[in-house]
Amino acid sequence: MSLTVEKAAPAPMRRFSNLLYRRPNLYLALLLIPPLIWFGAIYLGSLLSLLWQGFYTFDDFTMAVTPELTLANFAALFNPSNFDIILRTLGMAIAVSIASATLAFPIAYYMARYTSGKTKAFFYIAVMMPMWASYIVKAYAWTLLLAKGGVAQWFVQQLNLGPVLQFILGIPGVGGSTLSTSHLGRFLVFVYIWLPFMILPIQASLERLPPSLLQASADLGARPWQTFTQVILPLSVPGIAAGSIFTFSLTLGDFIVPQLVGPPGYFIGSMVYAQQGAIGNMPMAAAFTLVPIVLIAVYLSIVKRLGAFDAL
Amino acid sequence: MTLAVQFTNVSRAFGEVRAVDQVSIDIHDGEFFSMLGPSGSGKTTCLRLIAGFEQPSAGSIRIHGEEAAGLPPYQRDVNTVFQDYALFPHMNVRDNVAYGLKVKGVAKAERYTRAEEALAMVALGGYGQRKPVQLSGGQRQRVALARALVNRPRVLLLDEPLGALDLKLREQMQGELKKLQRQLGITFIFVTHDQTEALSMSDRVAVFNRGRIEQVDTPRNLYMKPATTFVAEFVGTSNVLRGELAQQLNGSQLPFSIRPEHIRLGDQPAASNEIQVSGLLHDIQYQGSATRYELQLDNGQLLSISQANNQWQEHTVPWQPGQRLQARWAREAMTALQEIVPDEGR
Repeated sequence: MSLTVEKAAPAPMRRFSNLLYRRPNLYLALLLIPPLIWFGAIYLGSLLSLLWQGFYTFDDFTMAVTPELTLANFAALFNPSNFDIILRTLGMAIAVSIASATLAFPIAYYMARYTSGKTKAFFYIAVMMPMWASYIVKAYAWTLLLAKGGVAQWFVQQLNLGPVLQFILGIPGVGGSTLSTSHLGRFLVFVYIWLPFMILPIQASLERLPPSLLQASADLGARPWQTFTQVILPLSVPGIAAGSIFTFSLTLGDFIVPQLVGPPGYFIGSMVYAQQGAIGNMPMAAAFTLVPIVLIAVYLSIVKRLGAFDAL
Repeated sequence: MTLAVQFTNVSRAFGEVRAVDQVSIDIHDGEFFSMLGPSGSGKTTCLRLIAGFEQPSAGSIRIHGEEAAGLPPYQRDVNTVFQDYALFPHMNVRDNVAYGLKVKGVAKAERYTRAEEALAMVALGGYGQRKPVQLSGGQRQRVALARALVNRPRVLLLDEPLGALDLKLREQMQGELKKLQRQLGITFIFVTHDQTEALSMSDRVAVFNRGRIEQVDTPRNLYMKPATTFVAEFVGTSNVLRGELAQQLNGSQLPFSIRPEHIRLGDQPAASNEIQVSGLLHDIQYQGSATRYELQLDNGQLLSISQANNQWQEHTVPWQPGQRLQARWAREAMTALQEIVPDEGR
């Protein structure tokens, strides 16, 4: 007895899906081309065209931009006044990243190792909730917290730490006349605002750490601090690196906190804002835009050189 | 004989569950000791109690005579080979092996020399520069072994170390582990759920069930003289006959066990020391070196019978399913068993 199967012509949709099944590359291409066009044209394209404008000439008298190519804008970055802005921003970004990592690590460690179920959910919400509020509202709230007669100073007074605060505010490069107009105040606001961006990647990296590695370390005779320095810390470096890329680049690009809190003086972000908005010097703004990109590229290559991504 | 590890009435409770319940064991120095049991029987918890990853809720654990309860893992002279190997992914093989020496402050030159020796011992000389991810499962297993042995522990704990390996590699590693243990003369405590593995490697085996030890004995005794119904059924295959049938055949209601390979099928009359039963042939399974028959007795009980195919010309089966057959075995081949009923409220 022979078995015959009636072969009806497949429907067009079926034919199409069969075609995709036979040609996985076509399938992949159909999936990837739209986002690649978006990424390439809208994102990279506009960034490159912005950077290209950094080579245009800005006439100080007529305030006009002409497409005559020059390196003057990039050279101007090294003027003492501009270079000062870069150094100030860079110093703040480094300080904020270090402080965030130091504060975030214990919280992330506790979340990853000692919480589960509802407690873990609570911690996730607690860490992310500040990000639900508007960034500008938070920055303004901090100006009030840190202002003369604000909550921060009230606490300092209650604890009789007034002279200590006065001493700290007197240190050049850190202080200022009040907390809200000091570098310290600006630093506090940055650390507060970017802390979740540091906690979550570190927590994720610690979450991936198998408990048996810590047990193996103890089993082989390592004391807890040796386990920390030899196993936990090296394996969480990718998380710390990811978090610090956030805190570092967000601080480099921020233009609101430097205007609201802290002493007068531009940051890279507020300089770009001023050049582009108030002055209309698009080429100089574009030149400044290159600075964070270069700094982050340098930072990443240092981190990679240190072996941060070896464990990935 | 000195004791490497001694448990006295050790219990470990996790909330309401007693993972280890009133366990007492003496493990001798230089012994290859296995802890055998199904998952959740408490064998791994016992190993973790020795390593120091768990602390007992009650009882005393002595390691080489010294009370260990309360000591952290890093103050114990034992090392562990983990089930998932737990190699440090950010270190190369040599640094993994040298880790225990490094944290104890051994100078670099010496610890690298010793690490290379340990790697050579497990046939991985020259693999020092590789990262764990570049190794196969069997190689990682050897690195984990070298990493534990480089510290020259007096007791080595192995937590189902062969579980992730395929059968051939597993059998090869069993032989190598046994050889290594003899060569080094240190105590190996080996946790496994595989009874063949436990029988073939160990000097003695403890069989765990529901947090308790049912029997501690040599592999031969464990197989030939199981003490309880659980041991009889877990170690190898056994026919456990109970109640009325036991009364009828053995003159006692106590359960007894008879191994499938100790039963013979056929029509010859029973000898005076033999017990004979009859039943319907239910199923025949050809297994290569043996053929397994299932005989359904008149009360419905299935009797498993294994006949060795040790004659090259006799691989044909002379019987058909559904046929009535006689089976018999020597009275001495039966082992009376104790039936341990779990406590109420556990």
